[in-house]
Amino acid sequence: MALRSLTRHTLRNATLGFRGLQTFSLPDLPYDYGALEPAISGEIMQLHHQKHHQTYITNYNKALEQLDAAVSKGDASTVVKLQSAIKFNGEEGGGEPPKGSLGSAIDSNFGSLEALIQKINAEGAALQGSGWVWLAADKELKRLVIETTLNQDPLVTKGPSLVPLLGIDVWEHAYYLQYKNVRPDYLKNIWKVINWKYASEVYDKEFP
Amino acid sequence: MNLLSCSSNNCVSSYSLLASTDLSLKSPKTSIELSQLGWKQRKGFESNRSRKSSIVGYYGLKRPPYKLDALEPYISQRMIEVHWGGHHNGYVEALNKQLEKNDVLYGCTLDELIKVTYNNGNPLPEFSNAAEVWNHDFFWESMEPGGGGMPTLGLLQQIEKDFASFANFKEKFARAALTLFGSGWVWLVLKREKRCLAILKTSNAINPLVWNDIPITGLDLWEHAYYLDYKNDKAKYVNTFMNHLVSWNAAAARLVRAQAFVNLGEPKIPVA
Repeated sequence: MALRSLTRHTLRNATLGFRGLQTFSLPDLPYDYGALEPAISGEIMQLHHQKHHQTYITNYNKALEQLDAAVSKGDASTVVKLQSAIKFNGEEGGGEPPKGSLGSAIDSNFGSLEALIQKINAEGAALQGSGWVWLAADKELKRLVIETTLNQDPLVTKGPSLVPLLGIDVWEHAYYLQYKNVRPDYLKNIWKVINWKYASEVYDKEFP
Repeated sequence: MNLLSCSSNNCVSSYSLLASTDLSLKSPKTSIELSQLGWKQRKGFESNRSRKSSIVGYYGLKRPPYKLDALEPYISQRMIEVHWGGHHNGYVEALNKQLEKNDVLYGCTLDELIKVTYNNGNPLPEFSNAAEVWNHDFFWESMEPGGGGMPTLGLLQQIEKDFASFANFKEKFARAALTLFGSGWVWLVLKREKRCLAILKTSNAINPLVWNDIPITGLDLWEHAYYLDYKNDKAKYVNTFMNHLVSWNAAAARLVRAQAFVNLGEPKIPVA
């Protein structure tokens, strides 16, 4: 079930309550709030992490407590947390283009890194409302795909064999304070801090 | 509030009139107006003023019925400038660009356009732009400086009839707003078939017109509607709207007009 696919981050932050129910705490970011400037302002990072992400975690814990009565609710919140964990894998001084097997996979699937970035940005900008845009690896078809999901829908709703490598949050709260309504600018700049190392690690694990 | 009558049954204002008399956004008059408000001139304005524009505006950007700083301190002027001048304006321009390519849809009133492009749940690409233009026009008119408080007379009676009390309605409305996930709107509508008021939550650009209901007031819950002033404090934004911004005058006018199409009372047939 969803619990089995928890990432390292969330497992590390789970503590057992007295009833044996796991409760989760907000994972720390591996960098300062201001580390992703000027692509993403410190203010946005702090709000996004301490308010939005924290709220999802609080609600998830609450939902877990009611797990007996409301199984589906618990699942939805899980993935929200997971998605946030993946997105917050930005990196200080990141943006270095991927090398190795992920790099060549990108070239063979999309032509070039620029083409990939353009496509992702186009999909992200075209998304109506709130959602995420993903670069995912399809385990079955053994290729890379770009997907979008609405609100906090998990990537698996687009395909059970999809493994997320990169996720970009295009909810307005993710960029509004800095970029206002100009979502394309946010999408252009976020590539400067994308953590390709993490994406490569995940990719290499799926396709050794 | 502008209560133009029009041919289709349930539009609040006639956009076909606006399309012919209102100036397209790239006309000099609108550009100067916006610059008088201190709005930064975008490149598009300058270049289109000097050369002959090949783009015709099908729909125009309607102004809020109050000055941009009139809703301070509840909604800052800065936020209205970005919300109206950025988002709302963006939807109008995007819609005009789409209509340029597809003039089968040209000539509808905005209400008709919304219903047609909604396509019974399978929306065409023009739908989100058209609906968001309509939604935002409706939203600006649903607020007024010194708003909030309580409705009076017929509207209050109808609310008390359908929600037991005004306080109950307020609480239900706020709860609907806070439980809406993602981007969307919350509406107070008059349902045609059931002939009663109801609270509706919709996602993204959807509005009650697509179900042929009559919106009485509405609240924009996309994050862009409150983020600059309230950050993630949605509860504060919703309460501020209910207590200080909502225009019960506009709502009452809409209800009055709606009664031309929905009979809310029992007919008073005199006995002999």
